[in-house]
Amino acid sequence: MADTILEIKDLHVKVGDNEIIRGIDLAIERGTVHALMGPNGSGKSTLSLVLMGHPKYAVTQGDIIYQGRSILVMPPNERSLAGIFLAFQYPSSVPGVSVGNFMRNTLMARHKGDAPLTPAKFKSLLDGAAAKLHIDPKVLGRYVNDGFSGGEKKRLEMLQMLVLQPTLAVLDETDSGLDIDALRIIAQGIEAQRSPEHAILLITHYQRILNYVKPDKVHVLVKGRIVKEGGPELAQELERTGYDPIIKELATV
Amino acid sequence: MALKDQQLVDQDYRYGFRDETANYSFKSRKGIDHEIVEQISQMKNEPQWMRDFRHRSLDIFFAKPMPAWAKNEVLEAINFDDIYYYMRASDREGKTWEEVPEEIKRTFDRLGIPEAERKFLGGVTAQYDSEVVYHSIRKDLEAKGVLFSDMDAGLREHEDIVREHFATVIPPADNKFSALNSAVWSGGSFIWVPPGVHVDIPLQAYFRINAENMGQFERTLIIAEPGSFVHYIEGCTAPTYSSNSLHSAVVELIAKEGAHIRYTTIQNWYKNVYNLVTKRALAQKNAHVEWVDGNIGSKLTMKYPSVYLMGEGARGEVLSIAYASEGQHQDAGAKMVHAAPNTTSIITSKSVSKGGGRTSYRGLVKVYEGCEGVKSNVRCDALLMDPQSRSDTYPTMEVDAKDVRVEHEATVSKVGEEQLFYVMSRGLTEVEATTMIVNGFFEPFVKELPMEYAVELNRLIALEMEGSVG
Repeated sequence: MADTILEIKDLHVKVGDNEIIRGIDLAIERGTVHALMGPNGSGKSTLSLVLMGHPKYAVTQGDIIYQGRSILVMPPNERSLAGIFLAFQYPSSVPGVSVGNFMRNTLMARHKGDAPLTPAKFKSLLDGAAAKLHIDPKVLGRYVNDGFSGGEKKRLEMLQMLVLQPTLAVLDETDSGLDIDALRIIAQGIEAQRSPEHAILLITHYQRILNYVKPDKVHVLVKGRIVKEGGPELAQELERTGYDPIIKELATV
Repeated sequence: MALKDQQLVDQDYRYGFRDETANYSFKSRKGIDHEIVEQISQMKNEPQWMRDFRHRSLDIFFAKPMPAWAKNEVLEAINFDDIYYYMRASDREGKTWEEVPEEIKRTFDRLGIPEAERKFLGGVTAQYDSEVVYHSIRKDLEAKGVLFSDMDAGLREHEDIVREHFATVIPPADNKFSALNSAVWSGGSFIWVPPGVHVDIPLQAYFRINAENMGQFERTLIIAEPGSFVHYIEGCTAPTYSSNSLHSAVVELIAKEGAHIRYTTIQNWYKNVYNLVTKRALAQKNAHVEWVDGNIGSKLTMKYPSVYLMGEGARGEVLSIAYASEGQHQDAGAKMVHAAPNTTSIITSKSVSKGGGRTSYRGLVKVYEGCEGVKSNVRCDALLMDPQSRSDTYPTMEVDAKDVRVEHEATVSKVGEEQLFYVMSRGLTEVEATTMIVNGFFEPFVKELPMEYAVELNRLIALEMEGSVG
């Protein structure tokens, strides 16, 4: 039996008066990688932010069940501690806080009460993750995302994922704006996260990341609804045809 | 007695405890006139020139209006008749902590001063209301000829040095509050560093107001002879009272040729203290003066540490932070006066306003005619935590020389929903995330502090954030 980690049921989401997610059903099982694809403005990023609990978005209908319980009322920090991680499309900077200091704080939030995080253990965790992503150790002394290039920001998101080892990782267009070498490194990071224990929701506009990270399932999101689902071959089909045929098909219904 | 009083502590302000004042050895009556000034000078058994100086200064105080540019109704509300200008808790100054009266010693124990002294200081003075109650200096520094004492002892024991330098940097007529201080000053630090001597660990003064409606008027004079170096640190706290206290210090620094003075302040007065301080340094040829100035507490602070760059190649720096929450106004800034060619100055000001608190940056960069090759850089960053809070910038530039480079940059930012969400999404609570963001904002300041103070400041910020995020 598949162990369902995330179950999204008939989810409707509004920003102000604008309904952006208009009834999504989606289930993700432990050990799998799901790709969520769709054109710009289809609601992909909104879904990722709603999963993490962004206060700007209002769930007006439906539910999000994570490991058997509804998380709608949980603040973002509790979702994080429960094992949900979002790699942001546009991560914020935190001037004055070094990457090392930031990561230590995020790990300490997970070690409240129980076994303390020793400096040696912390260092090996952080250095190990940095090496996997070809991150220069000097970057760990820089302030979080402050003056980082687009590619550096994406790598720092991956670093955090590898250090925190979330049960469910949601990656919001982590592949966008990268050159081919950077894309390969990000893909290696995702593969390093992939395990029978973890689930990954890979949100992307383009198919090319899926050449490196093979998804178990592909979902296509258009105008706030999942309109098509399939295996990896669906992504390849979209690469050939683009989203237009699907959008046209919808318009004629 | 003191233990019971310690329970009257403001939850957010751990320094708010107080001692009884019934056992004080001397209390002046409230209010200020020539009789009080005479009384202070007599008790201190001062030379005639100082006595005359005090009386002259009092006349200037009476004659001077409040600073016109301030237009501050909080400032106007000070009632000078409702203040005690001189209070002496104990008749003697301790050379060891054992000699300090028990109640007072307990206060400084709670503030961690004896512990800090043992761990990482080269000398300490501890001032309690008007008088210094404890003073020490490490033997090796004394052997090198470094003088470090309270100002009254400095006047008694080194009258020639004091008379030569006292009030030469800040004359009584500088402003109403420097005149008041000149009339009723008591305590403060006197430091003289011989030529070429590097004081390798910090000297510290700790200022504690204990009595209600107290006015504390310490007077500090630091003279660094050519090629010497000294780092001086001061900290300040006061009990939680419903009525206001006044702290009005005058601090004069003289850095002679090639000397380097660093002056660090962590001001954490309770939110009923008016903190109206005049701080000014003279930097002679190739001298270097740094003011590292942290303002966390007080009701109203008005303080603009200045460096007068008098000799070619002199450098002045002010690095300051201000934090204002509900009911607080931090009107802080800096002044750099370039009176010689090829002098440089850097002003970095960072402020955080929260819960309706108000911060202002007020600064002056002046370059006199003929001072070519001057470089000055001013940077002010303000962080607003909520829409009720306020921050203003009042920079003044007066440049009368050619071939100078004067830069000014100011930013105001808000703790954004996106930034907070980002940090929280990694598992930190709202309080933890806000604390991290504010500590990060203050980081350029904190990293200039000795480690023990950096840790303490980060902890203070965390307490402030807990008090309000909800």
